[in-house]
Amino acid sequence: MPTFVYMTRCDGCGHCVDICPSDIMHIDPTLRRAYNIEPNMCWECYSCVKACPHHAIDVRGYADFAPLGHSVRVIRDEEKGVIAWRIKSRNGETDLNLLAPITTKPWGEHIPQLSSVAAPTKEQRDSQLLYNEPKYIRMDDGGLHTLESNGLELKEGVYY
Amino acid sequence: MFSTNPFTELAASIGAEAMQIYVILMAVAVIAGVIIDVVHKKSAAYFFENAKKAEKSAKRTVSSGEKMSLAVSTVTNEVLTSSEFANPARRLSHLMTMYGFIVFVISTVALIFGSDAGIWPMLWHLGALSLAVGGGWFFFIIRVDVSSEGKKWYELSLRGDLFIVSLLVMSVFALLWSFSGAGLSGLSLVFFVLFIAAATTLFTTVIWSKFAHMFFKPAAAYQKKITKADGSQENLPDVGEMSDPAIHARYPDIPEYMGTNPPNMGLGIKREKPTHF
Repeated sequence: MPTFVYMTRCDGCGHCVDICPSDIMHIDPTLRRAYNIEPNMCWECYSCVKACPHHAIDVRGYADFAPLGHSVRVIRDEEKGVIAWRIKSRNGETDLNLLAPITTKPWGEHIPQLSSVAAPTKEQRDSQLLYNEPKYIRMDDGGLHTLESNGLELKEGVYY
Repeated sequence: MFSTNPFTELAASIGAEAMQIYVILMAVAVIAGVIIDVVHKKSAAYFFENAKKAEKSAKRTVSSGEKMSLAVSTVTNEVLTSSEFANPARRLSHLMTMYGFIVFVISTVALIFGSDAGIWPMLWHLGALSLAVGGGWFFFIIRVDVSSEGKKWYELSLRGDLFIVSLLVMSVFALLWSFSGAGLSGLSLVFFVLFIAAATTLFTTVIWSKFAHMFFKPAAAYQKKITKADGSQENLPDVGEMSDPAIHARYPDIPEYMGTNPPNMGLGIKREKPTHF
């Protein structure tokens, strides 16, 4: 189900409009607050929910996994570099807090400077491999990496 | 120029009583407008319903002393310094408009009802100036239609711009009227008519405009603080401090990938202003 905006929280800054991949978050021309112009086209990517500095956007979950009255809310704290979720069931028995890192380095400081990297040679251009592919999949330091070469083995079942 | 009382000459021609009646009528219009607005939009009902909902999922009760201190901090932060705005330019223009308006209205009342002008004419002019500069900054540059949607400043939306345009026209023509001699002849009369027309529009269209936000915005900000204090947090998660050992124990990914005392990662997508509509 689509996103909706709490009008008392929104200040019409436009971050949701900027980030929406479907271009369906717009600013209402009269109220100057954000709203979802076409809920049918919203695929609940949560981009706007995470981008909103005032946590003014919420999403109604699909009824099959999240009956009315539940809540799934998120804070993407960029300065701390983490994302926090809180999932509440409608009877209040489940109240789950989750926290995960979203970056390990400060934003925007470690962007690869590809313009200063040497251009690929003729041989590299004619090869089947993509740019920098051997390096990125670590084939250039002695063959393809396998479970065996990394001292791992395949286990049965689901594990982490 | 700033220290002349603009209403002296006006009082001589139309009488002080007429001015006083006009001010009282406008005050009545604002009060009536706000009451109709609250009833019509059911904003008070919405707030109480929301407050009840939040109370249900509260983790602790907030004492009345705490509520009092939250109310005080709402006044000192959200109301007096507009701390809710994430955009500093918008915050500054809002402060200029807000204080300009308050000073302008109070000094108008003081000049029209008081007997001694004192410092009031100066405040009246400075208030109008601050209102014109702050409001103009917002209207011509910051407003989302102009800054992001790429519309021209003159492509107005009637209900959307009613409040800001009437504020701006009122302050600009109040100043022009005062600077042109504050009389009721020639150019002065044109400025005066525009000034009064804008003021009347501003105070009588409360139900259709944004005027009432000065009453319900503080209430919304206070309610937000209460939900933070009682732990319901509008169902938002706790982020916590990343150097906190309790967080490390509960979420081992944090110390594993980010270290035990991660630095401030700075602004992410907020490094760029949202102007890519």
